[in-house]
Amino acid sequence: MGNPVDQIFVILKHWLLSFCPEGYVPIASILLSVIPIMAVFGGLFALTTILERKGLGRIQNRYGPNRVGPCGLFQPIADGVKMLTKEDIVPRAADQVIHFLAPFALIGPVYIAYSVLPVGRNMAALDLDAGLLFFFAVGAGSELAIFMGGWSSRNKYSLLGAMRAVAQMISYEVPLILSSVPVIMLAGSLSPTAIVDAQGGHSHGLMQWHLFTPWGIAGFFLFMIAASAEANRTPFDIPEGESEIIAGYMVEYSGFKFALFFLGEYLGLFAICGLGITLFLGGWHSPFVFLEWIPSYFWFFGKLMAMIFVFIWLRGTLPRLRMDQLMGFGWKFMLPMTLLNILVAAIWHLSKTWLFPGVYLTRWALCLGILCAAYVWLGRSLAGNRSVGKRVYRFAD
Amino acid sequence: MKTTVVEPPVPSGAPVGLPAGDGRFSLLPKTSFDGRVETELLEVAMGPHHPSTHGVFRMDVVLDGETIVKLKPVFGYLHRNHEKIAENVSYLASIPYTDRLDYLCSMTNNWAYALSVEKLAGLEPPERAEYIRVIMAELTRLANHVCLIGFLAQDMGALGTPLMYGFREREKILDLFEALSGSRMMCNYMRFGGCRLDLPPGWVREARVVVDNFPKFLEEFDNLLSGNEILMARTQGVGVLTAELAVNAGITGPMLRASGVNYDIRKVDRYGIYDRFEFRVPLGDHGDVYDRYMIRLLEMWESLKILRQALDDIPEGPVMDPNAKIRNFKPKPGECYERIEGPKGELGFYLVSDGGANPYRYRVRPPSLVNLTVLEDMCLGHNVADAVAILGSVDIVLGEVDR
Repeated sequence: MGNPVDQIFVILKHWLLSFCPEGYVPIASILLSVIPIMAVFGGLFALTTILERKGLGRIQNRYGPNRVGPCGLFQPIADGVKMLTKEDIVPRAADQVIHFLAPFALIGPVYIAYSVLPVGRNMAALDLDAGLLFFFAVGAGSELAIFMGGWSSRNKYSLLGAMRAVAQMISYEVPLILSSVPVIMLAGSLSPTAIVDAQGGHSHGLMQWHLFTPWGIAGFFLFMIAASAEANRTPFDIPEGESEIIAGYMVEYSGFKFALFFLGEYLGLFAICGLGITLFLGGWHSPFVFLEWIPSYFWFFGKLMAMIFVFIWLRGTLPRLRMDQLMGFGWKFMLPMTLLNILVAAIWHLSKTWLFPGVYLTRWALCLGILCAAYVWLGRSLAGNRSVGKRVYRFAD
Repeated sequence: MKTTVVEPPVPSGAPVGLPAGDGRFSLLPKTSFDGRVETELLEVAMGPHHPSTHGVFRMDVVLDGETIVKLKPVFGYLHRNHEKIAENVSYLASIPYTDRLDYLCSMTNNWAYALSVEKLAGLEPPERAEYIRVIMAELTRLANHVCLIGFLAQDMGALGTPLMYGFREREKILDLFEALSGSRMMCNYMRFGGCRLDLPPGWVREARVVVDNFPKFLEEFDNLLSGNEILMARTQGVGVLTAELAVNAGITGPMLRASGVNYDIRKVDRYGIYDRFEFRVPLGDHGDVYDRYMIRLLEMWESLKILRQALDDIPEGPVMDPNAKIRNFKPKPGECYERIEGPKGELGFYLVSDGGANPYRYRVRPPSLVNLTVLEDMCLGHNVADAVAILGSVDIVLGEVDR
C-alpha cells in the first residue's frame, strides 16, 4: 500500500468499514467515497470563489472582499447565507417544473463525473475501464441542464444564452474529446487510473508526463482551450456574456438556485481541470523523484489550484470572443488541429523503434514541425482575407 | 415607424418544449414549401435596465438569430427639463446644472456655457483664466477618454481590468479637480469672464506630476489592449461609419475623426487660446470601433502635449474679468451660439437674451445625442455582441442625451 501518509484516507476508509455490519459494507463504502468528494469539492468551490474575487481584485489593483472575517476569508459563508435567505423568484410565465429541475440537473452530472477522477494514489471512487468515456458522457449532460434553465425561464436573454451555450458546448465537446484521443492511444487504456500509471516513471531526469511530448504539449493546450469553452470561462464566457445578454441562461434564477448554477459551473471547471491533470500532467504524480514523499493528493490539488489560478488570470486579462468567431475557431482551427495531433501521436509512437544517433531530437523536430506548420497555416486560413492587425494613423496639424 | 410583429419564443398557452400549431410533436423544424427552415424574428428590448447601455438607454433590437435586422434607440428616461429650467433661473444659476449634463466632463460643460454667455455679454476672460480653462478641459478629456476605453473593454467582456486601471488614473485627475473646486465631479468652476477661484498653491506642481505620470499609464493601456488579438478581431471592421454619413448626420468629435474627417473645433474655431498650443489631430481611415478606440488613445497623447505647454506657460494674474458682474447680471438683448470641442464632440450652447436676468431661450447641442443617431446604421447586420461594443464606442452619457 506504500507510504501510510499518502494512503491515510484509504486506510481510514477501510478502518471505518471494519466497524460496519456485513451486509451494509457495499453501501457504506459508496457513502464513504461519495461524501468526501462532495464535501471536498464543495469546499474547494467556496475557497475558489474567494480566491477568484481576491485574485481578480489584485489584478485590477483593488483589494477584493476583505470585510468578513480575517482578510475576508469568511466571505463564502456570508455569500452562502445571503444566497439561502434570498427570495426565490420564479417568473410567472416560466415552466415551473423545468425551471426548478434545471439547477439540480446541472449539479448531478457534474458530481457524478468526479467519481472516475483519481485524486490520489488508489483514490478514485470508481475505477472504470471506460472511465474516460463515462466522464465525457456524463459531462455532456450539463448542456441539457443549461438548456432546460434557459428555455424554461421564458426570457429572451435566457433563450439567447441557452442557444449560445448549447452551440458552444457541443462544438467544443468535439475537440475536447479528440484532444484526449492521443492519450488514450498511447496509454492504451480508457481508464483514468491506468492513464495516470502510464505517466509514472522518470527518464532523462524528466517526468514522463504526457505534457513532455510534442503531441502532449499540443494536446494539452488544445484540451485546455476546449475545456475553458466547456466551462464557460473567459474568453469563451459567451453564454453568460454579462455585458450582452446579462447572465444568459441564469438571468431568471435567484437565491439558492442561482448559487447552484454557480456551483455547477465551478464544479464543472474543477472536473475538467482534474481531467486535464489526469491526462497530461501526470495526475497525482510528483514532478520530481525527490519530492515523492509528499502525499499524492497534495500534488493533485496543487496542480488543480495552479490551473484555476491560470483561469483566474485569463479572466482578468482577456476580452470575450464573439459567437461566430468562437464557432469558426472551434470548427476551423481546433478540430483540424486535434485530428492532426492524433496523427502526430501516431508518428511519435511508431518512430519509437527508429535507431540512429540523435533519434530523440529528430522525432521531436519532426512532430513539432508538423504541428507548428499546421498551426501557422490554419491560423492564416482562419484569418482569411480579413486584415486584422495594428494600424498606422494619420495626424493633421 | 412600422411595428414588427413580436413573437415570444414560445406562443403563450402552448406547453414549453412542444412546437405550437397543430400540437403534434415533431423533431423536424417547420419548413416552407421551398425547403427553407421557417424562422421568426425576435424582438428584444435591450435596456433601460441593461449593464451595457451606459445608463437608462434602450435599444429595441429586432434579431434574426443573433443578427440585428433593426435597431431603434429609445431615450428620454433621464429627461429632467434642463433647458426649461435654465430659462427660468438666472444665467449664473444654470452653471451647476450644466455640470449634470455630461456628468463625466463637468469642466468642459461649464466652459461651453461660459463661452456663450461671455459672447452674449461681451466679457473677456483674463489670460490666466484662459490657461486654467485649457488645462481643465484637457484634464477632463483625459478623464473621459480613460473611462470610455475602460467601459468599451468592459462591454467586450474584459471584466473590469482596463476599467479599473482607467479609474485609477481618473481618480488622480478628480483629486486635482477636488483640490481646485471642492468637488470631484460636479465642479461648478467656471464663471462668465473667468473662473470662480484661482489655483490653490502648489496645484500646478501636482498637476505636472499627474501629467508626467500619465504616459506610463497610457503605454500600459496600449500594451494591454491595442495589440490584443481578441480585441482587434472584435473591433476591426465592426460598426463602420463612412465619412459621408458621419458628415451628413452631424457627427462630431472622435467619432467623426475616426471616419477620417479632419474636424476639430479646437483647430477650426481656435476658441480660448488653443491657437497658442502645438498639437496634432489623429485621424482614422476605417471608421470602425477599433479606429474610434485608437483615436481616443492617440488624442490623450495630444492632450498631454497641450497640458505640458499650458502648465509651463501659465502666467500670474487675475482669474476674473473685472467687468463681470455676478449680481444683477443682465446681458444685452441678442442671441449667440458658441461651441467647444468637448471630449465627446461638439458641445454648443445657443442662448437668446431679451435683456432680462434669465435667458429667453436656452438650448444645448449635445454631442452624445447627435452621435447616437447613427447607431442603427452602424449596427445593422452585426451581432448583439457587436451592438454593445458599437454603443460603447459612441461614448454616450445619458445625462447629456436626455437632458
